[in-house]
This record gives sequence, structure tokens and C-alpha cells, in this order.
Amino acid sequence: MRDVLIQVLYLASSVLFILGLKGLSSAKSARNGMFLAELGMLLAVVGTLLHLEVVRFQWILVGLTVGSVIGAAMAIFMPMTAMPQRIAISHAFGALAATLVGISEYSRHGTDLSHGTMAALGFEVMFGSLTVTGSLMAFSKLQELMRGAPITYRFQNFLNISLFIATFGLFIFLIFEPSRADLFYLMIGLSFLIGVLMVLPIGGADMPVVISLLNSYAGLASAATGFAIGNNVLIIAGALDGTSGFLLSIIMSKAMNRSFANVIFGAFGAVAEGGPARTAEGLTVRRMTVEDAAVQLAYARSVIVVPGYGMAVARAQEAVREVAEQVEKRGGEVKFAIHPVAGRMPGHMNVLLAEANVPYNKLFEMDEINGQFAGADVALVVGANDVVNPAARTDKNSPIYGMPILNVDQAKSVIVLKRSMNPGFAGIENDLFYGPKTSMLFGDARDSLTKLAVEMKNV
Amino acid sequence: MNQLLMLFMQLYVFVLAGILGYVVISRVPALLHTPLMSASNAISGISLVGSLVAAGSDYGVLSTVLGTVAVTAATINVVGGFMITDRMLKMFKRDGVDKP
Repeated sequence: MRDVLIQVLYLASSVLFILGLKGLSSAKSARNGMFLAELGMLLAVVGTLLHLEVVRFQWILVGLTVGSVIGAAMAIFMPMTAMPQRIAISHAFGALAATLVGISEYSRHGTDLSHGTMAALGFEVMFGSLTVTGSLMAFSKLQELMRGAPITYRFQNFLNISLFIATFGLFIFLIFEPSRADLFYLMIGLSFLIGVLMVLPIGGADMPVVISLLNSYAGLASAATGFAIGNNVLIIAGALDGTSGFLLSIIMSKAMNRSFANVIFGAFGAVAEGGPARTAEGLTVRRMTVEDAAVQLAYARSVIVVPGYGMAVARAQEAVREVAEQVEKRGGEVKFAIHPVAGRMPGHMNVLLAEANVPYNKLFEMDEINGQFAGADVALVVGANDVVNPAARTDKNSPIYGMPILNVDQAKSVIVLKRSMNPGFAGIENDLFYGPKTSMLFGDARDSLTKLAVEMKNV
Repeated sequence: MNQLLMLFMQLYVFVLAGILGYVVISRVPALLHTPLMSASNAISGISLVGSLVAAGSDYGVLSTVLGTVAVTAATINVVGGFMITDRMLKMFKRDGVDKP
């Protein structure tokens, strides 16, 4: 009877998870959907506590309490700009839980594991442990505890691939010889190492792909736990998580014109070496003052704002909204063009703008808005660079050639807010800045925009 | 044989859940990709299920210690993940409804 009740609770929980994710198909239904998912989690926990195996609750209570306090504190105090780090570190937590459960299962059953269970356990701890260290690396890079730029050395790919093959070989061997505990722990050690080495060569602009991929790995590790302990709700939730991360990493890599295979094998560090990219020799930019920009924006009928990571770095979201409001007060229309990789994780820019009270119906995806640039009086580029670089369309030698970009260069005029003439992450010059329709407003983005908003009131 | 059948039943569940997930998640707009990630992160805290058994059962000290750490880690994801997802989703407003 008890077992039936547990299964009913698990079934309800699985359904609620799926309905919860379905809620995310629109911003309106999202919060209710998340409530369903929370309920699903509660049911799963209750169901688990009903298991006859669970006989003592004191350590469970300790874990639940400590975890809740840490989790809540992180949720309440984490600034939205730090979302990518938070997601990265939480992948590490999720994968750590899966790995530890796997080790505990292994140490308990040891020699009497069936081949099937060993396969699941092995997969679980292998993917779990490489996700733990990989996510911690991603976290350190995003939090700038270590250099964010790719770290490469000779024979890197060769070493990584050999290491992976060796680890995978151990995994296969263990399926046939589950009793070899020494090899089991060696496999875990190697997987930890793989996680570190895998993320080393990956730099700033590629972070959205890495985070998504680690999300997927963490999900797969959970699903494998489900296979190992024969629990369907784990398999289902893990599968959902796995596909979600996988799908996002495909979307992200497409947005950067990286191939699918590139994502799967995680070799996204290396940008194809082309000929020399164009440099800025002999070209001049047109500078403008805040006053000029204010006049231009004040009389614009339609403005498209293109925010980039530079906006987040300068914490200029609020100031962007103020400028947008000034344009609207004068009867102009403002839209925001969001490139899929305009941040450090998928959808990051949308959250930052929503936090600054920009209504989400003004935020447009690249495909929706690209046709509208030609009709825009002003395109206001705030701290974006590579995602608006026309070289992606024209210059075959450019490392970003083929990457889909926002058609900012088609707007009637372009105002670029930029700290200095330093090139973007890809380290290449941007022809847009030298275009005849482009004016540059140098300085700290927040500073410039705040002055701009004030100035516009006086125009 | 029995075991193999069991494995296949699990594979059924995994594959079908994966396909369903693919369909559902491809309908999530880019607008909500960050909340999606933190939500799926919270859901991946389902590792709690395995962790709770390890922490609460009578299988020796190692199992209890690993289980307790695992419960803590998974709970961080569940509680933190759902809370921060809600915090984000609260910020998404349409024009004209909730002007500050």
C-alpha cells in the first residue's frame, strides 16, 4: 500500500514538473507554472520520506535546513548581473549531489552490483564529477576569480581526448568488473580532472554555451541516478533538465555560428584560424557630444536600442530605460533588440532589462526585429560589439564570419556608446564604428546615458 | 532477462520524457531562457530523492555523511532555484500595467 502511494506521488510530481515547464512558454503563465513545479518537488520529497528504507530523520533535517538557508540567501542577495555565476555554481551542487549518491550506492553494494546498475552508476558519477569541477571552473571564470580568457597550450585537445578515452575505458571495464573499487575511484578522479581541463580553453563570449552544456550534463547525471536506484521521477526530471540544457546549447551555438559537433565535443575554445582580420589603420571615427545625441534622439520617431554585455558591466540598465522614456514622452517609439548571445548566459539581457522595469513587450528577438532596422531613425548601441559587426556578413577572414548579427548598419543613423575603441571579445575591429551613418559617444555608458536623459528634457 | 526488461522500461521513460521535454522547452521564448535555466536547475534538485534515502537509511557512516552533504547540495538548488526563478519572473511586466 505504502509503495503504491509513493508511486502515485512520484507520478503526480512528474506531471507537475512537465506542466511547470510548459508554463514557461509565456511570461504570463510562468509564475503559476513554477508554483506547479514547486508542488511537484514537495510531493517527490514526501514520497521519498515514506520509503521504508528511510529510518532516521536527524541528518535529513540538518541537510534540508542548511541547504534551505544557503539557497534562500543566494536567491535573495544575488544581483541579477551575477545570474550566470549562480547558475554555474548550482550546476556544481546538483552534480555533486548526484555523484555522492552514486558513490554511496557503490560503497554499499560493492561487489554484488549487476552490470546494468553498474553502467548507470558509472555514468552517473562520471558525468556528475566532471560537471562538478567544470561548473566550478565556469564559476571562477565568470566571478573573475581566475582569468576569463581561454587558456590554451600545446597538445591540449590531444591530451583531453586521450584522458576522456581512458576514463571511458575504465567505465566500460567497470561494467564487466564492478568489484574493482580502486578503478571506480580512479575514474572519479580522472573525471574531476576532465571537468577542469574541459573548461580551461573556453573564454568569455563562449560562456553561454558552456553553461548550457553543463546544465545538460547535470541533468544526465540525475537521470542516470534514476536508472541506478530505479526511480522514474529522477529519470524524468533528469531527462527534462538534460534536454533543456542541450536545446539551449544548440540555440546558443547557432547564434554564434558554431557547429553542432563543436558543442557536443565541447571543443568550443578554438576559433578557426583565418587570414589576418581587417584592422583599423587609416580609418577615423566620428565623435559626438551628449548634446548632439540628445537632439538626435529627441526628434527620432523610432529608436531601436541594442544592449550588449557592456551595458550590464556599466550597470546602465536604469539609465537606458530613462533615455527610452524620454524618447517616448516626445512621441517616439522605442524597441529593444536582443541578440541571443547578448549576455553571459541565454536570456540574460532580458532579465537585466526587466529588472530595470523595461516592459517585456518592448524586448524583441533578433529574427523579429532585424527587418525593422531599415525603418528606424536611430539605432542606439549600448556596449554591444561583435553582435553588430557587419564583418560577420562580409569578411570571410573574420573569426565571426557567418555569425547572425543585428542589422544595425541598416538604420538611418547609429549612435554607439562605448568606453573606448578597444575591440570586443573576439578581438576584431568593427566596421560599423567607422560607417558614414555612425557617431560615437565615448565614456562610461551609465554616465553618458544619465546625462543624455537630462539633456533630452531640455531639448 | 528480467533485468534487461527493467532497463528497457527505464529507457522508455527516459526517451519519452526527453522528447516531451524537447517539445515543451522549444516553445519557451528566448525572453525566458534565463528563468528556464534556473527553473530546470531547481528541478534538477530532484537528486534530493536519492540523497534523502542515502542520508536517512541505516547503511553505515559513509552513506550517511555522503547523503547529508548531498541533501544539502540538492536543497540549495531546490530552494535557491525556485526562489530566484520567482524573483526573476516577478520582474517581467507588460507595458502600461505596472509602471513604477
